[in-house]
Amino acid sequence: MTSVLYDAPGPRAKRRNVLFSVVFLVLLALVLWWVWQKMDDKDQLKWSLWEPFTTSEAWTTYLLPGLRNTLKAAALSMVIALPLGAFFGISRMSDHRWVRVPASVVVEFFRSIPVLLLMLFANEVYARSGNVSSEDRPLYAVVTGLVLYNASVLAEIVRAGILSLPKGQTEAAYAVGLRKGQTMTSILLPQAVTAMLPAIVSQLVVIVKDTALGGVMIGYTELLNTRSTLAANYANVIQSFVVVGIIYIILNFLLTSFASWLERRLRRSKRSTGAVVGVGAVDELNAAEVGGSYGAGAGGTI
Amino acid sequence: MFDFLQGYDVLGAFWMTVKLTALSAVGSLVWGTLLAAMRVSPVPLMRGFGTAYVNIVRNIPLTVIIVFSSLGLADIFGMTLGASDDFKAQGFRLAVLGLVAYTAAFVCEALRSGINTVPLGQAEAARAIGLSFSQTLRLIVLPQAFRSVIGPLANVLIALTKNTTVAAAIGVAEAAYLMKGMIEKEAQTLAIGAVFALGFVVLTLPTGLILGWLSKRLAVKR
Repeated sequence: MTSVLYDAPGPRAKRRNVLFSVVFLVLLALVLWWVWQKMDDKDQLKWSLWEPFTTSEAWTTYLLPGLRNTLKAAALSMVIALPLGAFFGISRMSDHRWVRVPASVVVEFFRSIPVLLLMLFANEVYARSGNVSSEDRPLYAVVTGLVLYNASVLAEIVRAGILSLPKGQTEAAYAVGLRKGQTMTSILLPQAVTAMLPAIVSQLVVIVKDTALGGVMIGYTELLNTRSTLAANYANVIQSFVVVGIIYIILNFLLTSFASWLERRLRRSKRSTGAVVGVGAVDELNAAEVGGSYGAGAGGTI
Repeated sequence: MFDFLQGYDVLGAFWMTVKLTALSAVGSLVWGTLLAAMRVSPVPLMRGFGTAYVNIVRNIPLTVIIVFSSLGLADIFGMTLGASDDFKAQGFRLAVLGLVAYTAAFVCEALRSGINTVPLGQAEAARAIGLSFSQTLRLIVLPQAFRSVIGPLANVLIALTKNTTVAAAIGVAEAAYLMKGMIEKEAQTLAIGAVFALGFVVLTLPTGLILGWLSKRLAVKR
């Protein structure tokens, strides 16, 4: 048996498991039946409410442009946050106190503030500065908020990636006469990037999910925002939520699966050092804090 | 300098954030523990349900869940959670419901990873010396599992604190909601931003420090 919690079932345990299965199935069926009845009561099962999603109009006018904006904001945030995160991550590991401390403060500060506050704040700053047209402002604000937050989370991922490499790598690099900077750029970083890939991909899920905040709070026309326009047009609130929810689930499930596939593949790979920063890496890093910070975990992966 | 704070109930808004956090934390701990129990149970059907729940809920944005609980559950299905005439209380309860549903998935994963940290050999050893299943669970597995999940659970709690701001999307008057109103009306954007940022640092930093210290202290050294 593969679990610490239970043994291979004998005849009695088998019977008990069957009993539990039946009870659970009945409970589950009752809940589903109740939901179905409730839907029926409120006339939510009428085909006319679901039908719009079989036509191309709902998709080309509302859902696909919304999805495109969601992905656009997510991709932009990722592309900007990654180099920024790498910079802060490496700065945080510097031997110089005057580099390490400010970088740590910046990272811990932006990690402990909700993304929504950053977005609202950025939105207002852009509105006051007047340099950004009001059309572009929501996108700019969403991307700014996401970049500030995720750069600091990525900084921790980069740090975890570098720390996950065997110490011998650095020692060998020094032994053959490389300088500190050379060791970082030609030995540690390339390997760390490979080791970090799964964690980076799984951070994309967090970014995709957070774009939805921009839709509700600052009027960025992403998927959740276009959903409300769609629902206003076809009067199908529940149905539009179900469809949009499914789109998010599929999109993020693909990303999650890709991340764990990548993780498995990297762990198997013979060419790497075997160091892989997995999906929950940032949390684990805080347990084994390296010093130079106050070590408050900021729940990076949720 | 801080004149702009007059006329606004900043402390009240943060108190709302704390209330949202505390209630959702308790709720998601209970529901998350149940889910974790299902995910490690010997009954395949329960395992399947737990896995499906976690994978579905984890991949839906919290914003979608909370907005749905307001527009879908309350407006269409009339689920007001016992506060049909009080719109404020209704928003608060729906927000807690959404936060619990979402956070429980992460609590479940944290607890499950805790059980997975206990080496299989310990259970085998426990059985070998004649301990029953409940004894193994009570004396060997769970104490170690609980001690190893304090760190991950602290992270979940901190993320939950930050996530309560999403309740602003359905008009719950917590910190982010007040900040949105304030920066639109007042001129001192930077000062207002600083006040609210500081508020969240004050809320999350001690949690991280205390629970981080506790998890290091209680961690099972292997």
